[in-house]
Amino acid sequence: MDAVELTVNGRDVHLQLDPRTTLLDALREHLHLTGTKKGCDHGQCGACTVIVEGRRINSCLTLAVMHEGENVTTIEGLGSPDNLHPMQRAFVTHDGYQCGYCTPGQICSAVAMLEEIAADIPSHATQDLGEVEFSDAELRERMSGNICRCAAYPNIIAAIRDVAGEGEA
Amino acid sequence: MKPFTYSRAASVQEAAQTAASVQGARFIAGGTNLLDLMKLQIETPTHLIDVNHIGLNRIEATDEGGLRIGALVRNTDLAANEVVRRDYAVLSRALLAGASGQLRNKATTAGNLLQRTRCPYFYDTRMPCNKRKPGSGCAAMKGISRGLAIIGTSDACIAQHPSDMAVAMRLLDANVETVTADGTRRSIPIADFHLLPGDTPHVEHRLTPGELIAAVTLPPPIGGTQVYRKVRDRASYAFALVSVAAVFGEDGSARFAFGGIAPKPWRVDAADAAVGSGPKAVADAALAGAQPTAQNAFKQGLTARTLASLFRQKEARA
Amino acid sequence: MKFDRPATANPIDRGRVVGIAHDRIEGAAKVTGTAPYAYERHDAAPNAAYGWIVGSAIAKGRIAAMDLTAAEVAPGVLGVVTHQNAGPLGKGNMNTAHLLGGPAVEHYDQAVALVIADTLENARDAARLLRIDYRAEQGRFDLAADRDRAAKPEDGFGGPADTSAGDFDAAFGRAAVQIDQSYTTPDQSHAMMEPHATTAAWNGDRLTLWTSNQMVAWAVGDMARTLKIPKDRIRVVSPYVGGGFGGKLFLRADALLAALGARAVGRPVKVAIARSQIPNNTTHRPATIQRIRIGADKDGVIDAIAHEVWSGDLPGGEPETAAMQTRLLYRGDHRRTAHRLATLDLPEGNAMRAPGEAVGMLALEVAMDELAETCGVDPVELRIRNDVQYDPEVGPKRPFSSRKFVECLRQGAARFGWEQRDSRPGQKRDGRWLVGMGMAAAFRNNLVASSGARVGVDAQGRVTVETDMTDIGTGSYTIIGQTAAEMMGVPLEAVTVRLGDSRFPVSSGSGGQFGGNSSTAGVYAACVALRTKLAERAGFPAEQVIFEDGLLRLGNQSRPLAAVAGPDGLWAEDRIEFGDLTERYAQATFGAHFCEVGVDIDTAEVRIRRMGGAFAAGRILNPKSARSQVIGAMTMGAGAALMEELQVDTRFGFFVNHDMAEYVVPVHADIPEQDVLFVEELDDKSSPMKAKGVGELGICGAGAAIANAIYNATGIRLRDYPLTIDKLIERAEGSALA
Repeated sequence: MDAVELTVNGRDVHLQLDPRTTLLDALREHLHLTGTKKGCDHGQCGACTVIVEGRRINSCLTLAVMHEGENVTTIEGLGSPDNLHPMQRAFVTHDGYQCGYCTPGQICSAVAMLEEIAADIPSHATQDLGEVEFSDAELRERMSGNICRCAAYPNIIAAIRDVAGEGEA
Repeated sequence: MKPFTYSRAASVQEAAQTAASVQGARFIAGGTNLLDLMKLQIETPTHLIDVNHIGLNRIEATDEGGLRIGALVRNTDLAANEVVRRDYAVLSRALLAGASGQLRNKATTAGNLLQRTRCPYFYDTRMPCNKRKPGSGCAAMKGISRGLAIIGTSDACIAQHPSDMAVAMRLLDANVETVTADGTRRSIPIADFHLLPGDTPHVEHRLTPGELIAAVTLPPPIGGTQVYRKVRDRASYAFALVSVAAVFGEDGSARFAFGGIAPKPWRVDAADAAVGSGPKAVADAALAGAQPTAQNAFKQGLTARTLASLFRQKEARA
Repeated sequence: MKFDRPATANPIDRGRVVGIAHDRIEGAAKVTGTAPYAYERHDAAPNAAYGWIVGSAIAKGRIAAMDLTAAEVAPGVLGVVTHQNAGPLGKGNMNTAHLLGGPAVEHYDQAVALVIADTLENARDAARLLRIDYRAEQGRFDLAADRDRAAKPEDGFGGPADTSAGDFDAAFGRAAVQIDQSYTTPDQSHAMMEPHATTAAWNGDRLTLWTSNQMVAWAVGDMARTLKIPKDRIRVVSPYVGGGFGGKLFLRADALLAALGARAVGRPVKVAIARSQIPNNTTHRPATIQRIRIGADKDGVIDAIAHEVWSGDLPGGEPETAAMQTRLLYRGDHRRTAHRLATLDLPEGNAMRAPGEAVGMLALEVAMDELAETCGVDPVELRIRNDVQYDPEVGPKRPFSSRKFVECLRQGAARFGWEQRDSRPGQKRDGRWLVGMGMAAAFRNNLVASSGARVGVDAQGRVTVETDMTDIGTGSYTIIGQTAAEMMGVPLEAVTVRLGDSRFPVSSGSGGQFGGNSSTAGVYAACVALRTKLAERAGFPAEQVIFEDGLLRLGNQSRPLAAVAGPDGLWAEDRIEFGDLTERYAQATFGAHFCEVGVDIDTAEVRIRRMGGAFAAGRILNPKSARSQVIGAMTMGAGAALMEELQVDTRFGFFVNHDMAEYVVPVHADIPEQDVLFVEELDDKSSPMKAKGVGELGICGAGAAIANAIYNATGIRLRDYPLTIDKLIERAEGSALA
């Protein structure tokens, strides 16, 4: 067992963990933060997306012990039913989900993804590497690591646009 | 995942020394491929050395006018680097064509080079696989081989190398800088870094046990029009069927490197030389000696077609 | 309530709540991650141990020996369940293969053991320590090779295996235009985002399962049959289901093994089927080979049509009923459909979203495109010419309950800009893209199923609905809430909906797109019963009282709902039972799909540029979630058309690409604009809701529209799905591809 200290949603937590424990399982099974979902456990679906030190990652493909002292934000840290984050509210308004299982990952991904655009990080859809422009194609490409089998895709893009203040395409 | 112990290295020396002294130790950085394989017990290290905190995360100019990329630079940061975007656009493009935003935020430069194959039989431990279990046979050759390699293969293995980044690195003639436990440093040209399967498909690169990649260096910029074209079964978040990295020089010369078709990033001098004869000639030169299966023979035509697309793109710009 | 006569005017027609677009009432729980799924019940079953399934390494044969020693002594291991210690087990009515294999092995990755440990890490590791000695036997894994051995199956869920009317052979033989083509569709995986998962706990001889299941009552029944215990000792709870698409219709290995594991170790156990196990351990949509023959006059009017389908399944399994739509969609006096079933030893084939039609339409609607081109008739016009307002196998005595197919075709075509299409392939170019348009009909049977609910009003006037209905992303919570709100005359916010618990009245469950219409009809029935009780208590004649604005109203008199309910509240329960209206009337949902694709002139990469469609499915209860159901289904259709295929290794007998990296489904970047128009329709013969199913209609035909668009773009007619790059470039010569 290894001692691990994390800051999760602004709260310091101390855990004794088998080093094999992924960040995802630490959240779900040890901290009972079950909003972060396990869809594939192999980085193939994006349901487990959380924000670590400001960046979105697949929490299934990283060990909790590797994040000693780091800041982790999960869906529970973005908002609660009584106090929704603007992205959470936009997903409700635009029906950006169906079964709800990929949803926390989509939302965490979307929040961090907008920061990536703001930070001028390019994507496969970026036309000119010299300048990142906001477009639906950019959003679709950047959100492609979050699979939604119910396929609320256009609604998710509408929700993100709404939050980004970009309105209709 | 087999039980293992975990330690966090504070320096390159400490990491290399631990690796040399602990049997079965492996470095872990991004972990996006290693943990994937450990969960399936395809990789079974007894000790993990976390190398995320030993520096090696800088991108800096070299004295020769090139670029030195720390082993731990994340794919996202490498692709977004101003110099890379300006002077090594093909590298930026290749990185962005790979994986997903989340994976690129974790995956490192060194880890990307060391990615293992996506052959489905390699991934199913109940199946024979010479790469996973030497001598057990190859289930892929007469099985489902649509995504696998068509050239550089052997009677033992037809697995493909899955990296996009490494294809661009190969095109740019990168060097892999390493350090061993005794502090020895060496520089391995990327052309020599990855090994063809031959009779030992489980040996994939030239690193000795405990040897750590410290950086990848790029020679001075070569200019030209740099493009990376990846063809896959969906629009994003999928491995390549065929990918082509290319630099078209203003003097009519060109360089090509290929992904998705070989056990390592594929580059053939004769293909570069054939640029004047058009995409088909380039493909023929690149794929001379190819031994595809019935299921993946289409990759020959697709390679030529991907090249044709690049030529078309280049002409449209001119 | 018996529904055996067409519905007349009823409170649903007011349309104050039903038929209005609403946000999902469980939305906040889903977007905050607070909606509890099956593996997350720390609240209900704290201290659950972790089970890990061991799947068979062979497709067919026997287990000769099992050595559990190493696993049993591994750190943290609490127990190992195998056929040797599980006790006598039966088999569920809905299961083809056994959920726990051994000594006989029926398919690859069939569960043969469960290892239970204190942590997930220990269970997963110990599962690798089992030593199992198999005796493999020769199996049959190749549908194409076994096509000629396929036999006529028993009549099943979808009706008879074969049907015919008139004299097909003669009529086809004399037809001026003949289309005779074969098509294939591959095995497909549901790939729902939440893996099959169950937390199980025993309290004495009583078992509770928190599970992810579309059909709560089926799960109870099949668990009882498998464990050989009475049904009343089993409680199944499934309030949130992270996608199902038919893959969670049945009791599966996670549920059985969690129950067996919990019994073995004396504490709650939870089990999720690992993603890499799902394609081979659970069910899948079976591959088909389809032959379609159409005989028409030179104007494309059909006189003869035949659709024959071959599929395979394990012994005792069922066929993929891909000819179903061909029995009802188009005119023609001379017709034939036939299904043949080969016995294969691949994993269990079963329902996946729109079983039958989803793949039948992939074939039929390409055949229709081929007919349109042969006759030189516009594909939309061709379908209008072949519309039929009655069951063409029976004749005018069995009319459709409602059929707005032509309206869908016309309105959908206008909205999409179909008139801009050049009917000659390979004519339109946009940079490196060859651009084409295609269309297809949408058709899915309208099934109905008996469904119960109970509804209560409390002293505050709050309405609560309880039914074992599930919401698998379909929007059940909201439409059930809307129905109760409309019936009881309260706002949607005043309704609490509780779903997915076997303690609640048995519902239709979620499947076959019958759930939305059937379950709300059951709620309607319960509300009618509650209204009667309330009216009686208020002293009003039940027939005349109006429920609105939280009041019972009779002329100038009114009483608050809350006051009438009284301090203890008032409850009523009823169920909807469907009579023979589905026999007297053909009932189906219709639509028209349109698609524009770009095909890279060099690489043959296909990119959807836009999709659109018009659909008629009776009353649309919640246009917001219904639209999402349709676009989601269109996207699954796009996956079927372009990329989805479980690749069969015919030597070892399994699906090789058994994870989400290798079994590719559409991602964001694959799906641009999707437009949905609902054509106004009320179907008074479907249910008191006058609604029909809509959850599966969107997949039926979507892929064919894409295939037809690819043809229009390139001139390449592919008939073997998925329509991948390798197949396109193989046919490049003579096409518009470079």
